[in-house]
Amino acid sequence: MNSIAPRPSAGGCSDAPVLLERGQREVFCGLTGIVWLHRKIQDAFFLVVGSRTCAHLLQSAAGVMIFAEPRFATAILEERDLAGLLDANAELDRVAARLLERRPDIRLLFLVGSCPSEVIKLDLKRAAERLDARFRPAVRVLNYSGSGIETTFTQGEDACLAALVPEMARSDESQLLVVGALAEVVEDQFRRIFAELGIGPVRFLPPRRAAELPPVGAGTRMLLAQPFLADTARALEARGALHLPAPFPLGAEGTTLWLRAAAEAWGVEEARFDAVTAAPAARARAAVERVRASLAGRSVFFFPDSQLEIPIARFLARECGMRPIEVGTPYLHRAHLAPELELLPAGPTLSEGQHVERQLDRCRAARPDLVVCGLGLANPLEAEGVTTKWSIELVFSPIQGYDQAADLAGLFARPLARRAALEV
Amino acid sequence: MQLAVWTYEGPPHIGAMRVADSMVGLHYVLHAPQGDTYADLLFTMIQRSGRRPPVTYSTFQARDLGGDTAELFMAAARDAYERFRPQALLVGASCTAELIQDDPGGLARTLGLPIPVVAVELPAYQKKENWGAAETFYQVVRAFAGALPPPGTRRERRAVPRCNILGPTSLGFRNRDDLREVRHLLDLLGIEVNLVAPLGASPADLARIGDADFNVVLYPEIANPVAAWLKRAFGQEATRTVPIGVGATRDFIREVAALAGVDPGPALRAEDTRLPWYSRSVDSTYLTGKRVFVFGDATHAVAAARVASKELGFRVVGIGTYSRELAREVRDCAARHGVESLIADDYLEVEARIAELQPELVLGTQMERHVAKRLGIPCAVISAPVHVQDFPARTSPQMGFEGANVLFDTWVHPLMMGLEEHLLAMFRDDFEFHDGAAPSHLGHAAKAAPMAEAVAPAPVAAAAPAAAVWAPEAEAELRKIPFFVRGKARRNTERFALERGIATITVETLYDAKAHFAR
Ligand code: SF4
Repeated sequence: MNSIAPRPSAGGCSDAPVLLERGQREVFCGLTGIVWLHRKIQDAFFLVVGSRTCAHLLQSAAGVMIFAEPRFATAILEERDLAGLLDANAELDRVAARLLERRPDIRLLFLVGSCPSEVIKLDLKRAAERLDARFRPAVRVLNYSGSGIETTFTQGEDACLAALVPEMARSDESQLLVVGALAEVVEDQFRRIFAELGIGPVRFLPPRRAAELPPVGAGTRMLLAQPFLADTARALEARGALHLPAPFPLGAEGTTLWLRAAAEAWGVEEARFDAVTAAPAARARAAVERVRASLAGRSVFFFPDSQLEIPIARFLARECGMRPIEVGTPYLHRAHLAPELELLPAGPTLSEGQHVERQLDRCRAARPDLVVCGLGLANPLEAEGVTTKWSIELVFSPIQGYDQAADLAGLFARPLARRAALEV
Repeated sequence: MQLAVWTYEGPPHIGAMRVADSMVGLHYVLHAPQGDTYADLLFTMIQRSGRRPPVTYSTFQARDLGGDTAELFMAAARDAYERFRPQALLVGASCTAELIQDDPGGLARTLGLPIPVVAVELPAYQKKENWGAAETFYQVVRAFAGALPPPGTRRERRAVPRCNILGPTSLGFRNRDDLREVRHLLDLLGIEVNLVAPLGASPADLARIGDADFNVVLYPEIANPVAAWLKRAFGQEATRTVPIGVGATRDFIREVAALAGVDPGPALRAEDTRLPWYSRSVDSTYLTGKRVFVFGDATHAVAAARVASKELGFRVVGIGTYSRELAREVRDCAARHGVESLIADDYLEVEARIAELQPELVLGTQMERHVAKRLGIPCAVISAPVHVQDFPARTSPQMGFEGANVLFDTWVHPLMMGLEEHLLAMFRDDFEFHDGAAPSHLGHAAKAAPMAEAVAPAPVAAAAPAAAVWAPEAEAELRKIPFFVRGKARRNTERFALERGIATITVETLYDAKAHFAR
């Protein structure tokens, strides 16, 4: 049997007011998604059309994981490209051709828009069509924007996946589509569970290779694996897919409810669902339990970063006994987050957007036991004596599913344990 | 359009940030979109700063582009002043803001703030980080240097000579430790340090910059324009030697002593370096004629070529720089060594040159470190762009006599490692060499690890009691775990299986074990 803690009677944070903030945002732009997307789609190349700043951002964000020949690069706009747009297009064609020549293994090329390309209105959609006509079928060329004037961090993945949707073949065959980049190990775990539940065929977006892009149509029912996929979900719905609302698969409870949404849609019997999920859920709970002692009763404060903040706060509150004080998110998608807000116990301030200085003031006043924040803030807060967990790791590590639940809890327990251990 | 995978320098506003972060009481208001705040992490993560850089970003979005961006910038500047109360504001635009032409300088001045505003225009589509730092430093010095003496004023010699040290900045390659070494040398010569700038100086301090007798230019990339202006404005001479290596340090001491009118003897006699002897000791024989390729900013590259050839007995087979502003110095240096220079900011070009020259040692930047790793060539890092490793806990200068010791160690050790690599390659199939024994940072060894993973029979346990067997699915699952924790996962799972008498390790066992060992 799965014991799921009863939903809070008051509906958790469903009706909680949201503090809307406007000011300096200490967040990455959507280009950053390239760092994990290029590992995920293994024959795709991401060509940012931007400035030296964009190239520098990618380099700084990817600095932790330098690969021999990364499948991303920046076409840096220079003075002479800005002089006339015709030039810039010819230049782009030249750069793309040189790149594809160097990398015959590439099957999918994304032209990725940036702030400068948007501001000078360089039409990357047309450029992509032009290049696509030239290089297909060997290479498909698509475009999306990861610019900082339009996207925040994980929204880059949303824009990228949304760009893939029109390329998906039409099929009304019944299928489960899992949307959002997941680590392969997590994907495979879910694949096995769905197989045991008799749910299938199951397909994933993004695929590991360009040629494996799943079809979509009236028979498609989709589970969102990530909370930041507003545009992708809308595009899939427009093509006939049905969204199965659920909390996100973080923690034992989140994973069970997420799987259950599919199980219900497929009419899987309760007994079978329990038979399949009981053991891994119990294993997850037991593993989390070992971490829980170091987290229970501690307060936690989230700065906005990846849009994973609300689901993670829910996990920390309900499965680890932590007390969220403020949960900041760059963007709050009411519909996709509704099941999460219902579960998140009432209490924390919910904030959307950011005014980093005011938020730091609130954070200092609240004296939380743990702060979840980006790399620009973590060390300065540590220097003030505040324990932090840097949030980018939440995007780069496998944290979804039963067998990662304890890892997820561990990410938050480690900084606390470390602080307790140090005597210098 | 330039195709860039990795870049040696950031955009010019990063240079301005480095100057602002170096100084005290100066706050930079940058007109920029939200994503440009990534730059903060260079300071907080690479340099491990315990405070945020003094930068406020206007954070405009697409929906503001119609007309509110100027207002956003002004609000950001006003807020920054109210909150941080700096002595002065530095204002400017990032690449995107440059395109929307809001004129941050003009906007900031309309605010009527009670503090000076210095506007820097840094053309983001033409220039780069070091240029941006030099230009910002120059503008800031000009703004705060105080009253200039009337033209033709002759400098009086003081009883105790005094100098400024120009160039050390935040995120500078070993600047922190170089500064300490150079202060020590000046101390030995009895020369007072009037001011160090930009590192640690406030706008108010800069008013005293004219009080020095001469300037010590540590990093020409950053300080040349300021030094040239100070010579014109205050008649201050500047040093030209950068004290990297034993010979250059001796030259520097003589040059400084001459500028200050003091005896170089005490500092020369205090020479405290093991490099000359270590280089002569017999075990260094194998260094003779080693073919080295040098690449970095112009200052470090030129200095490294001298040390490599004259002090370690290497042969310089190639030298290059990404500093176009100082390309001439590198060309001259290449000519002295009878090799071709490479002036490039495309690391693929540098890679091609290294591959073609097949040197035995690369002295380069982090970029060349990766290239060298791939080519299996030993490498030592001599220049920015900086990496977290370039802010070591210990003092590790490049300059002065202690700096020469550091150079000896850091350039020679990769070659020793090279020998060790050789052994590792030879014993590749010896099981004791793989499991967990990840070799060092060099190329073929790094490649050997995954290979070993693929060929090594699971546990080689000679006397162990019946070890569990891995089911193929479990083995496949294990391979999905990142390689750097795979060994641990394998050992833990096997221990778990052994303790429970499980004969075949399945995917379930793997995860049961994982849950069991979860902390
Ligand atoms: S915020 Fe804009 S200009 Fe800055 S790195 Fe991102 S896309 Fe490039």
